[in-house]
Amino acid sequence: MGNEAMGRGIVEAGCTVATSYPGTPASEILQSVVVFTKETGVLLYTEWSVNEKVAFEVALANSMSGRRSAVAMKQVGLNVASDPFMRSAYLGVKGGLVVISADDPGPHSSQTEQDSRFFAMFAKVPVLDPSSPKEAKDLVKIAFELSERFEIPVMVRPTTRVCHARENVPCGPPLRLERPARFDKDPRRWCATPQFVRELHHLLNEKIDQIATLPEFAPILTPGDGSHPGACIIASGVAFAHTWDWLAELDLLGRVDYYQVTMPYPLNRDFIEAINSRYKKILVIEETYPVIELQLANRAIQGRTSHMIPNDGELTPDVIRPVLEAFLDLPVRSRVTVQSGGDRPTLCAGCAHRAAFYAIKETFPAGIFPSDIGCYTLGLNLGAVDTCHCMGAGISQAAGFYRAFAAAGAEFPTIVATIGDSTFFHAGVPALLNAIFNQARFVLVILDNATTAMTGHQPTPQVGLTAAGDMGHPVLIPDLVRGCGAGFLREADPYDLPAFMEHLKEADAYCRDPEGGVAVIIAKHLCLLDREARKSQTTYAMCVTEDCTGCLHCLEEFECPALSMDEADGRVVIDGVRCVGCGVCVHVCPTGAITAVKEGQP
Amino acid sequence: MKQQIIVSGLGGQGTLTLTRLLAEAAAAMSLPVITSETHGMAQRGGTVISMIKVGPFRGPLIPAGEADRGLFLHPKNLAVHRFYLKPGGAVFVNTATPGDYLNVDARALAASHSLPPVAANLILLGYAAGKGGLFAEPDLLLEVMAAKTLERFRETSLRAFQVGLNATA
Repeated sequence: MGNEAMGRGIVEAGCTVATSYPGTPASEILQSVVVFTKETGVLLYTEWSVNEKVAFEVALANSMSGRRSAVAMKQVGLNVASDPFMRSAYLGVKGGLVVISADDPGPHSSQTEQDSRFFAMFAKVPVLDPSSPKEAKDLVKIAFELSERFEIPVMVRPTTRVCHARENVPCGPPLRLERPARFDKDPRRWCATPQFVRELHHLLNEKIDQIATLPEFAPILTPGDGSHPGACIIASGVAFAHTWDWLAELDLLGRVDYYQVTMPYPLNRDFIEAINSRYKKILVIEETYPVIELQLANRAIQGRTSHMIPNDGELTPDVIRPVLEAFLDLPVRSRVTVQSGGDRPTLCAGCAHRAAFYAIKETFPAGIFPSDIGCYTLGLNLGAVDTCHCMGAGISQAAGFYRAFAAAGAEFPTIVATIGDSTFFHAGVPALLNAIFNQARFVLVILDNATTAMTGHQPTPQVGLTAAGDMGHPVLIPDLVRGCGAGFLREADPYDLPAFMEHLKEADAYCRDPEGGVAVIIAKHLCLLDREARKSQTTYAMCVTEDCTGCLHCLEEFECPALSMDEADGRVVIDGVRCVGCGVCVHVCPTGAITAVKEGQP
Repeated sequence: MKQQIIVSGLGGQGTLTLTRLLAEAAAAMSLPVITSETHGMAQRGGTVISMIKVGPFRGPLIPAGEADRGLFLHPKNLAVHRFYLKPGGAVFVNTATPGDYLNVDARALAASHSLPPVAANLILLGYAAGKGGLFAEPDLLLEVMAAKTLERFRETSLRAFQVGLNATA
């Protein structure tokens, strides 16, 4: 897998600290570093940090100590890490620092389809753009060398189709750099005040100018045979690979000049000159923003700015084919209609988030429900998630919604924010502290399933396990909540729906009490994708009796994948394979037609 | 050798397992192979698709109308992903309902052979291999499965594949 290849590249390059915060499509990078570190026996510290900014800064200081460091994240994680990222370009690094920011054109699993290469250009940081897993591994190693040579962080920007593609990738031995940790104090650089920043900026510009002239990073040409004079195609990333496959199929490889750009920023100076002087017809294919195109600054370019290529969405082979046909005047092939649709994802059968959401919605039918990023975003299927913005935003938005009503002098509706445990650690703590201090009034339900479920079950600080699988020093959510100043804190298992609904009502009363404020409930239940979790809970044999009226309440309001309508019978049926016997739906059926008989005990 | 295969299913049905097995089989035959997978939120029961491209390809995605083979772990995915198949491309579906495709009721077979329902994916693979539809021979797939499957799943996996294989007889 591309992510494994990059993980291997990090280990082989002699890196000594690798950090990350999980997020699709980047999550498997650090996991692979852990695996290859153990396998090769190198000394490499790995860390799941609480967020990307922290991850970046930990890796940065290792690099300032002369040792190679890597930090991996998804593209929106770079937004979180943007503060240290921007300044690190100015101050530079000592040991190589490689920043992997994985983009998600489409998007498949993200809140934007932003282009990290644009971010690199904004920060004046060189960026490498691999087209395949193998190339991704090679470029990670090259990035370390470039970073060290110019004392500048270097970004590697894979996309989903590189991260989650698999191919054979050769493995080599890890480089064992004998470098002691050594920090040379240099306040003009490491704590540069504005008077030194201008000089550092000048130095940064010089570095970028030099890097733009390096021949080894000039785009690679697969030359044509002159049958398309004056025309060339320029591509980068996985779009280069898709285009390659089409040109091969159309027997056009080696007919038209075809360039692969592996370093989209800074774009090689000689390349810019050559393209603009040599070609009249230029097609640029890149994801997701026109980074190469803008640097070429040639108005004749056909690409995103000319709308030859759509300005949104993934550049799949099906999008690229008609572009090539138009650019190369090829006969238009009859098109297969690309379909979309399919089943939407849903919370797993027995997921405690479903129980919590059901309780929230039933208790406060007129409530406002800001939420956050994770599996539990799927609570929107149940009508219990009204907003999903960015990590931690649900809590601040809850405070903002309260202010909107309070400032208008209106009676405020019950506002219930939901956030997962890992997201709470990531960006929820400052938001809660702020809301409590500023006297907002809402209910916060922290959905604590003791893992980062959506991205592949990375441990949270509360679990206490480190990335390498050792015991760390656990940090407990209730301690944090109390430390933020919460005056109302309950811990409850949402499986006990009636009791959980009582907690919610009391929390609401606290919000409305003159002495009250933010009420916090920690909904505790292990993620059922953890095999051990299933063994640790009581299970029930579930049955739908003849009392079922087919009212569909359970299907529409609870949406458990184990429940479906038997059209012939007019009653709901339980899929014995998918049902985990959690017994929660007993409380959901308005006619009491779902029964449970205790089957197994932990 | 060139063969482009899609594997379509619902999150949790074992689409990724099939994808990796096919990729390993290609690698064992020294054929170049590149695959693409669905990760993230869609894995929570949503519609997922994987692609396996055997041959001298560089991109991991199969264009519409270009797949040679389709393995469908759920029949309702036909409406969503069949457009990837080229005309005449063989389609193998896990369903009891016959249609304009090759079908095997893998879920029922799993139940009748005391296999877990999730083993339906390997039953379908065994069936497709038995029909001679795949670039790799059944024996090689069995060999790869034996070598690459975790000990605790190995026996079940091999048996499931064999059940699918026998269903073609």
